[in-house]
Amino acid sequence: MKKYRKSIAMATLALFAFSGMAGAREMIQIKGSDTLINLVQKLAEEYMEQKSGVAIAVTGGGSGTGIAALMNKKTDIANASRLMKPKEVTRAMDRGITPKRVVIAMDGLSVIVNGSNTVEGLTMDQIGKIFRGEVTNWSEVGGEDLPITLYGRQSNSGTFVFFRDVVLKGDYASAMRRMNGNSQIVEAVKADKTGIGYVGVGYVKNAKGVNVLKVAAYAGAPYASPLDSQDVKSGKYPIARPLNQYLNGAPEGKVRDFILFELSPEGQRTVEEEGFFPIPKEYIEFNKKSVGL
Amino acid sequence: MSDLKEKAIHGLFMFNGLLVVIVLVGIFALLVGTSIPAFREISLKEFLFTARWNPTSYVRTQYGIGAMLVSTAMVTIGALVIAFPLGIGTAAYLSDIASPRVREIAKPIIEILAGIPSVVIGFLGIVLVGPAIARLFNIPNGLNALNGSFLLAIMALPTIISISEDALKSVPKSFTEASLALGSTHWQTIVKVKIPAAASGIFASCMLGMGRAIGETMTVLMATGCAPAMPHGFLDSVRTMTSTIAIELGEVPYYTTHYYALFGVGLVLFIITFLVNMISDIVLRKYQIKVR
Repeated sequence: MKKYRKSIAMATLALFAFSGMAGAREMIQIKGSDTLINLVQKLAEEYMEQKSGVAIAVTGGGSGTGIAALMNKKTDIANASRLMKPKEVTRAMDRGITPKRVVIAMDGLSVIVNGSNTVEGLTMDQIGKIFRGEVTNWSEVGGEDLPITLYGRQSNSGTFVFFRDVVLKGDYASAMRRMNGNSQIVEAVKADKTGIGYVGVGYVKNAKGVNVLKVAAYAGAPYASPLDSQDVKSGKYPIARPLNQYLNGAPEGKVRDFILFELSPEGQRTVEEEGFFPIPKEYIEFNKKSVGL
Repeated sequence: MSDLKEKAIHGLFMFNGLLVVIVLVGIFALLVGTSIPAFREISLKEFLFTARWNPTSYVRTQYGIGAMLVSTAMVTIGALVIAFPLGIGTAAYLSDIASPRVREIAKPIIEILAGIPSVVIGFLGIVLVGPAIARLFNIPNGLNALNGSFLLAIMALPTIISISEDALKSVPKSFTEASLALGSTHWQTIVKVKIPAAASGIFASCMLGMGRAIGETMTVLMATGCAPAMPHGFLDSVRTMTSTIAIELGEVPYYTTHYYALFGVGLVLFIITFLVNMISDIVLRKYQIKVR
């Protein structure tokens, strides 16, 4: 008993020491994309293990939320699975913020269906028609005679905007269910024979009960899978996209150090472990030009 | 000296009383003031009477709250249909049938129910009620109006139960005694004498429960699927006014039509809850006079 008491006392003491230390730590705030949140959280944890002097807080809310926070100076880094819109850039500039973009990983945005669905691949055109609500039965795209149930994200999601602008080039069907995040879409499609949804590839690499569709850029083009890193890197997979972080001006000090870590071979290894893909050469060049890292 | 103190205390209490009024009027003024600019670009007719809300459209922005109004009405009325019989039943049981000991245990438990955070209820909707509804009706997904109604019913129940119980308790004892003396059974006394006598109090409890349900955000945001289409039935996904505001206000660029329009939605919501609360208050007051 006495022994326990001693250890409790020690633990309390350690806790105090720890919280005292936390006060002296430097803070980095990161906010935004729900597609990036798990990956960046992991990177932040690994970074904090190495550098005890820095505390990094990673929160989600969607790319739109992160970009808005960067404009309002509420965050140091905004995670974004889409690019900033020209309007957003002007608005940020008006407020004295110079948004700088860094690409930290590649994502093969994955279109998923239930494990029992016989459809294996779709063209971009077909996917667009499905999500615009023009095709409403699986038999129209070579599947069983079942209605199609759509699952997507809410409008504050970068994935919502990216998918709309790149694949749909129009508005989503209003019957599409607006889910709160990638995992909720995976779970919904897993339970729904008729479902189709889109999520970051990091959320489906090991998911069971869902099929990741192969996608062709146009009818007659070869089908490519987002699970194949070669196809994503080479751009053969048509809905590959860079995952970005936006900063206010070229990064300095601790923020710069953290981004260097993300781009380092070690950081990029974590990117792969989390199911995404390391950045290809063109974006390494881009990062050098954008922020000199 | 003590006179002055008295006056100061008097003033302090008056200020406290007025503060609530000031806050209420302030919120109303803010909502009106911030939503007016929206109507420079959107006609009031389009805002209130068209169905599609799509301010970030790829093709054409649309600002109709019709589908949202219907969605909010559906989940709220659905919640009342579920909560009303359950609530009255529980209230009647607690006021007339339960032994003092059961009542002592049950009442605090009901009050705890009122204290469950709405996000927890929403969580239950996703993992428990949604899948159950999907299985029961053999539909692909259970995130729909029925799910929302069911969860909101749970949240409205404590209000309905405790106010209805108060109403039933304040029915004069002579009513019950007279009824029993004339040979009515216990059941007949409750259903035919007590509940009608307490009707306005019970009605008011439902209106208050309704006020709670209309304004609830997190639960419906999580559990109704949030598809902005005009719903055709309770098994369709719905998107209420509250969840629209919650989803979009975080990312809307400030001082744009979209921003002002969201305040317009808030204003409509405010007016509806204000009316509901006022009606319940009027009914409740009328009832108090009648009993005396």
